[in-house]
Amino acid sequence: MRVATAAILAAFTAFLMLAGADLPALGEPDAPAAVYVAAEYMKRSLAETKTPNVVTAVLADYRGFDTLGETTVVLTAALACLLVLAGREPGRRDP
Amino acid sequence: MTRRYESLIIDVITRINVPLMRLFGLYVIVHGHYSPGGGFQGGVILATSVILERIALGPEESRRRFAPRTGLVLASVGVLIFGVTGLVPLLLGAPFLDYGALPFPGVEEPARRYWAILIVESGIGIAVWGALVAIFDKLTGSEL
Repeated sequence: MRVATAAILAAFTAFLMLAGADLPALGEPDAPAAVYVAAEYMKRSLAETKTPNVVTAVLADYRGFDTLGETTVVLTAALACLLVLAGREPGRRDP
Repeated sequence: MTRRYESLIIDVITRINVPLMRLFGLYVIVHGHYSPGGGFQGGVILATSVILERIALGPEESRRRFAPRTGLVLASVGVLIFGVTGLVPLLLGAPFLDYGALPFPGVEEPARRYWAILIVESGIGIAVWGALVAIFDKLTGSEL
């Protein structure tokens, strides 16, 4: 089984590296991620939100829905931890 | 939970530091507009203040200062604040989470977004604070 696992991992790694070779260079100004909306956010965030910190403006205003999802994930993680650990035997708790 | 850490130095320094940590956590949340920070980072600092209390002052006294059940309440209230801030524009006819439609009296739209971002970041901070304290309390065996 270890040979099969190693083979699958090697194939997956090779596939990822092959796909990663096509990504743009770090910091390249013509990359698609930096050209479409990101430039507009940086141009307009101070005028539209009065917030000097562009990161906060994007996180909380332009992409606020994602941040709502993240906060819900934090709450869900706490609830999941509580539920998973709910049935422990009483001897483990402190007196 | 483990016993109280028996050390006078730790005890005194914790009692001095915990209010300062809470103040610093509040600072980080509110200054998310101007410097790196915001809700998540400030919430973690606030949670650390409670966890330090739990470790250094022992179960009895730290539970008197911060009840174990408060963690879950804070986490839910934080998400609720964020959700309500997103829902109010929907009830007023604007898109969900459109802060420009919030009914703040007498300010123009960028200022409305500014204050809504502050409210939302505070909600995130409270939620992260409560969630981390709740996880710590459950992992160390408190009954929640």
